[in-house]
Amino acid sequence: MKKVEVITPILNANDLVAQENQNLLKTHGILPVNLMASPGAGKTSLVLQTIKALQGRARLGVVEGDIASSIDSDKVAATHTPVVQINTGGECHLDALTVQKALKALPLSSLDILLIENVGNLICPVEFRLGEKIRVAIASVAEGDDKPYKYPGIFTSVHAVVLNKIDLLPYVDFDLEAMRQAIKRLNPGAKIFELSCRTGEGVTAWAAWLESQWKVQEK
Amino acid sequence: MHELSVTEQMLHIVLDHTQKAHAKQVLRVNLVIGELSPFVGESIQFYFDLLAKGTEAENAKLSISRSPVRARCRQCGSEFHPEGTAWACPECGDLLGEVLAGREFYVESIEVE
Repeated sequence: MKKVEVITPILNANDLVAQENQNLLKTHGILPVNLMASPGAGKTSLVLQTIKALQGRARLGVVEGDIASSIDSDKVAATHTPVVQINTGGECHLDALTVQKALKALPLSSLDILLIENVGNLICPVEFRLGEKIRVAIASVAEGDDKPYKYPGIFTSVHAVVLNKIDLLPYVDFDLEAMRQAIKRLNPGAKIFELSCRTGEGVTAWAAWLESQWKVQEK
Repeated sequence: MHELSVTEQMLHIVLDHTQKAHAKQVLRVNLVIGELSPFVGESIQFYFDLLAKGTEAENAKLSISRSPVRARCRQCGSEFHPEGTAWACPECGDLLGEVLAGREFYVESIEVE
């Protein structure tokens, strides 16, 4: 018997393709953003609000990841924003290779920010890098303030947390301060944006931050 | 779920190193999965047994070690193991912990003959 040292990350292949994606997007000066959340937290609503808020300030492109259907990409296409729908056909997350194919169908030379909406899932998307520069978790007040402790994997790995549906705060048992504390404990560097995609409250601050991240990258 | 595709990639890595070592058979695969990594050992074992049939890795044992989460306090520098909701530093109580380890997912070594 012989022991052979391997020390090879199992997602090596995915990570390599993710790096290729990142390099390609960088040559075009595009800021890639990976939006992750559970189903129904408001990923597509945030995409639509961001498009609206950054109109005339940055040119957006969108990759929509879903198990099935083109419901989300139809909504985005209605705003005349370049969008590619990926149907994973059962896979619970996007991976670097599917995103690489999607990039081929986008007009990269005329984009500034690429929003990649991952499949609704708080667990699996975390492990599969897509080539993003910015990682965002979207949570909503309808989901409960203990989510960061239940899903530390995602909350420790993101640059920003968007807390959506704050217009529902009077109607749900959600402790906003407990949520802020939980995020701060797990990930003190993460930006927190409290907003409502329904009313538009708080969207400006989020959009301005995203725009500033793109401008920083451009330099 | 994705344990299938992940196990395929793992097997690929294992067989690659088996060939490089000019070995005939894999006896054991030592895997490391961090506590923050979502991959489920039982599922990987299940798919591994299935996929490894007819390869040098058929009947190889999977040995999985879960590596613990380690955080370092940004305030006092002490390292600790956060659990559940206790992510504060046990030394100074500060909340500024930085995750050092716990996301690993890799093939550590293989035992071949």
